[in-house]
Amino acid sequence: MPRKLIWRLFPHPLLTLLLTLVWCLLVNGFSSGTVAFGLILGTVIPILTAAYWPRRPVIRKPLRVLEYILIVLWDIIVANVQVAIIVVFKRNADMASNWVAIPLELRTPEAIAILAGTITLTPGTVSADLSDEGHALLVHALDAPDPDAVRDAIKSRYERRLKEIFE
Amino acid sequence: MSAAAEIFVSALIVIGAVFTLVGSWGLVKLDAPMSRLHAPTKAGTLGVGSVLMASMCYAFIWRDGSAHELLITAFLFVTAPVSAMLIAKVAIFRRTNVQELPPPPTDTTWATHDTGERAIKSSSASENRGGNTATPG
Repeated sequence: MPRKLIWRLFPHPLLTLLLTLVWCLLVNGFSSGTVAFGLILGTVIPILTAAYWPRRPVIRKPLRVLEYILIVLWDIIVANVQVAIIVVFKRNADMASNWVAIPLELRTPEAIAILAGTITLTPGTVSADLSDEGHALLVHALDAPDPDAVRDAIKSRYERRLKEIFE
Repeated sequence: MSAAAEIFVSALIVIGAVFTLVGSWGLVKLDAPMSRLHAPTKAGTLGVGSVLMASMCYAFIWRDGSAHELLITAFLFVTAPVSAMLIAKVAIFRRTNVQELPPPPTDTTWATHDTGERAIKSSSASENRGGNTATPG
């Protein structure tokens, strides 16, 4: 079986599925014609963009992805309320906004991108920069009297789970 | 049934509106550029998310359903952190009104400060460098 040909045709199988799904959602229907055209797009686009994305991230534990999404959604809701209270009731002078430097154990670029995105989406923290070789993440916290606690929370809550999923 | 659904959708819209309002208020109230960045990310997640959820519930209960809101949420969640990070990088790069950065725990410097200009400056005129970096806004 020509495995190489299959990899050449589908350089990113998950991207193919995702593009098909996005196309169906855009059209707002799941008729066979829509799915067929979605599959064509999902085949052509990954081939055209394969040169810009040579590596293929491997998801080792797909079920953990669902768990991760649910945890992040829950955290977004909880942290939104906390930050709204801080913004409305706390005086600017009382806010202990701080930089937090997080040493990364993740090495997969896609996993680091997801971690940085998660940190920004959960209110109260914004990921601001990477170190020059990509082994540390700079995070700004709106109200964190204790930066080390923020660092440990992010490492144990998000990074550990992403490491299980990707590495 | 219909009344409960109406109350549910209205509640979602009001929650979304409240968080968007708080996000806008935060943009006005907070004083440092990095702190200001926190306010709109709030409005961008729960504020918009809640309004979109209301729109989707409305479409599924009274019309023939729509899933475009899922796509909008997904695109928003993917693109919002990128713009926030770029704004943060500008603030770090210009060093105006930004707290002193902690040194990175593993590598030599942060990527935004890793400019060729700085490398040349630090190697050619080391006494000049201290005066350059220690000027907060």
